[in-house]
Amino acid sequence: MEALGAPEAPEAPEALEETAQVEERPAPALRDRMGKTRGLLSGYVRALRAKGSVDDQTWEQLEEALLRADVGVATTTALLDDLRARARTGGLRGADAVIAALRSDLLETLRVDGVQPGLADDAGTAETSNEASDGDGDFAGRTEVWLFVGVNGVGKTTTIAKVARRQVADGRSVVLAAGDTFRAAAAEQLTTWADRTGVPVVRGAEGADPSAVVYDAVRSAASRGDDLVLADTAGRLHTKVNLVEELKKIRRVADRPPGHVTEVLLVLDATTGQNGLAQARQFTEAVGVTGVVLTKLDGTAKGGIVVAIQRELGLPVKMVGIGEGVDDLVPFDADEFVDALFE
Amino acid sequence: MFDALSSRLEGVLGRLRSRGRLSDADLDDALREIRTALLEADVDVAVARTFVDGVRSRLVGQDLSRSLSPGQQVVKAVDEELVAVLGGETLRITYASAPPTVVLLAGLQGSGKTTTAAKLARWYRQQGRNPILVGADLQRPAAVEQLRVLGAQIQIPVFSEPTDPVSVSTAGVNEARRTGRDVMILDTAGRLAIDEALMDEVRRISAAASPHLTFLVIDAMTGQDAVATAGAFHAALELDGVILTKLDSDARGGAALSVKDVVGKPIAFASTGERLADFDQFHPDRMASRILGMGDMLSLIEQVEREFDQEVAQSSATRLLEGRFTLEDFLAQLQQVKKLGPLGGILSLMPGLGKELKQASSAIDDRQVAQVEAVIRSMTPAERAEPAIIDGSRRGRIARGSGTTTQDVNQLLRQFGEAQKMMRSPGMLKGMFGGRPGQLPDALSQLGDAGDLLGAKGAGVGGLGAQDLLAGMQSPERQSLAGVPRSSPAASGESGERRGAQGNKHGKKKKGGRVTPKRSGR
Repeated sequence: MEALGAPEAPEAPEALEETAQVEERPAPALRDRMGKTRGLLSGYVRALRAKGSVDDQTWEQLEEALLRADVGVATTTALLDDLRARARTGGLRGADAVIAALRSDLLETLRVDGVQPGLADDAGTAETSNEASDGDGDFAGRTEVWLFVGVNGVGKTTTIAKVARRQVADGRSVVLAAGDTFRAAAAEQLTTWADRTGVPVVRGAEGADPSAVVYDAVRSAASRGDDLVLADTAGRLHTKVNLVEELKKIRRVADRPPGHVTEVLLVLDATTGQNGLAQARQFTEAVGVTGVVLTKLDGTAKGGIVVAIQRELGLPVKMVGIGEGVDDLVPFDADEFVDALFE
Repeated sequence: MFDALSSRLEGVLGRLRSRGRLSDADLDDALREIRTALLEADVDVAVARTFVDGVRSRLVGQDLSRSLSPGQQVVKAVDEELVAVLGGETLRITYASAPPTVVLLAGLQGSGKTTTAAKLARWYRQQGRNPILVGADLQRPAAVEQLRVLGAQIQIPVFSEPTDPVSVSTAGVNEARRTGRDVMILDTAGRLAIDEALMDEVRRISAAASPHLTFLVIDAMTGQDAVATAGAFHAALELDGVILTKLDSDARGGAALSVKDVVGKPIAFASTGERLADFDQFHPDRMASRILGMGDMLSLIEQVEREFDQEVAQSSATRLLEGRFTLEDFLAQLQQVKKLGPLGGILSLMPGLGKELKQASSAIDDRQVAQVEAVIRSMTPAERAEPAIIDGSRRGRIARGSGTTTQDVNQLLRQFGEAQKMMRSPGMLKGMFGGRPGQLPDALSQLGDAGDLLGAKGAGVGGLGAQDLLAGMQSPERQSLAGVPRSSPAASGESGERRGAQGNKHGKKKKGGRVTPKRSGR
């Protein structure tokens, strides 16, 4: 890719694999996809390492690197102020130590011990998330519901398709709820994915009450003994009070027996800048977000806003979308994410 | 200009009052604040740097202004520079000598191309053209279907075929010619700037369709990635302009500056909502104040003016000044306020909002407005005109009728009484309104106690900066700006207004009644 016109062009990318309609493929590694955009921070880091010593310019460059990754001013300042203090007191000597410390701080912020929602771990069995089936008597027998929320255009519907794919591969029975009753042809879009992944979809008329559609899906799933309902919702700006009220209602309704909301996943576009923090804050306040799905990380954007989101709101990234294909979803791995930033 | 940013600068520049000029050193700290503000607004790191340097050279050696504080002076210079950069040139909408004029839309996934295509088609038709929409996004499930639904909403034909994007584009041009359409809007699939295969595809689409105008559609909430993306698309397609979408969010939109800087082409249009009518030419001055965190006051004013019944506002304001403001008037005002839609949303457009107002705005929510309204509605007209006659049994009746408690009723009456007393004190209103009846939002925000009636402490008055700004907004200059005629957004036949869950705490939908007929739209 020549002549980007941008001041720092990423390294020449590897050819992107075709996302053909194939059956199971090995899950693509985050690092492979982010590799295309590795050029950014690694360039800074290499230069800093070469210099060896730490001076004002070092800090400026580290600041620039973090800002360019959308980490944001407040978080960047906090991280670097802390490192600077440690460097001053002699705790960190040399560029290598500083960089290692920065990596470690980022990792500490991002690494969350805990179970990924329903994604197969190494033990091979699909562990479910925090609550539902683990002998919590109150919710035993209730159909799990995962709600996908977020602003317009982030990739909620495509993400649901990918999640459905994974869940089915893990042996769970899934129903999709076409809870976006506003956007033109939204239900058609989800239905196409339902067909492709072989799961049923419950939809309503355009303009129908989204809560009713979700509730229908939950009841339908419950009556058939299905494990999980994945509920799509219309993209909505967090600043629109009436739409946020609508979302609260959807959550309330989905949480009524026979349903039980066990995940509220905020789908966040990796290209989003600082507004991502506002989105996370408002959606969490409204419907209690349990985790973030960071999408479009196969592009040039770094998605660094998730560092601020985790740091300020304690909200973990649970999954990462790395392409438009139905298999392009991986569990979030903090090590891989930070490594891919730093090489 | 009287907002959080300039107040932040006051601390930094306050000491300048004693000196006559702005020196390099003086500016360093101030410009660092500016840089921070720009970065928080998602302006590209390098773009922010060069921009701030540009402002520095503008300001160094400048005499301190007599009317503005140093902080305000710096902000003013930054604002002017931003407007100049963002609005340097407006896009001349031209047409091909031989129809159809092909307009190509490209951009990342989810940026809003398909909705924008429909909006653009509608806009062209408003210009007297005969557009056709061509759906060349064969990748996203139901993308063509989405375009068809939108096209049907505005009665503009949509063409596509299940072949491949390049073939569709060529066929689309032929179809446009065949059906005598003079503008063809080509929607393409979202694609990553670093996806070589897809960038090559869009180049081939462009070669096949020979667009007269090529626009990059970009989301206003885009962060640092804006430069890489815009640069790549510009290199591949030679853009003629940029369309900024989702400006109805509270994203500051610094990507606009970055993109303008890297592409060097005008930002042609601004998309400000999900309805097809929410589409307008780009206003660099509004974008500038938004990037600086000064909110989008002009959009707010326009929105308010669209929704507010001028006559009711005027008569109420007059009655306020004359001390004749009653509960009846207040009820009418509440209904006006409700028509504004989500109060939190409106308030979020106001500049200088800190955490306090966010909390306050969540206190001014629809339920509390509805509650106060319910109480007043349960009063008889006589009671509203003369609250003094409301004795214990009347209070009980009102409380029962409105589903509240007598304490709620007491509280409303007490606060209203205090507000009335305050209204009546001589000079009070003159001071507030600068001698002329202002627009309702100004009135509401400056009625501190009335704000309490809505449960929002200190929302209207005090050091949030909004009041100062609103006072500033009383100037004739602003009023004439606000008076710029706009086409009515509520053209009949436009579907798609999202209301979400409206209603009072009893779950019933409330209709905002109109007290007097609305003056015809400007």
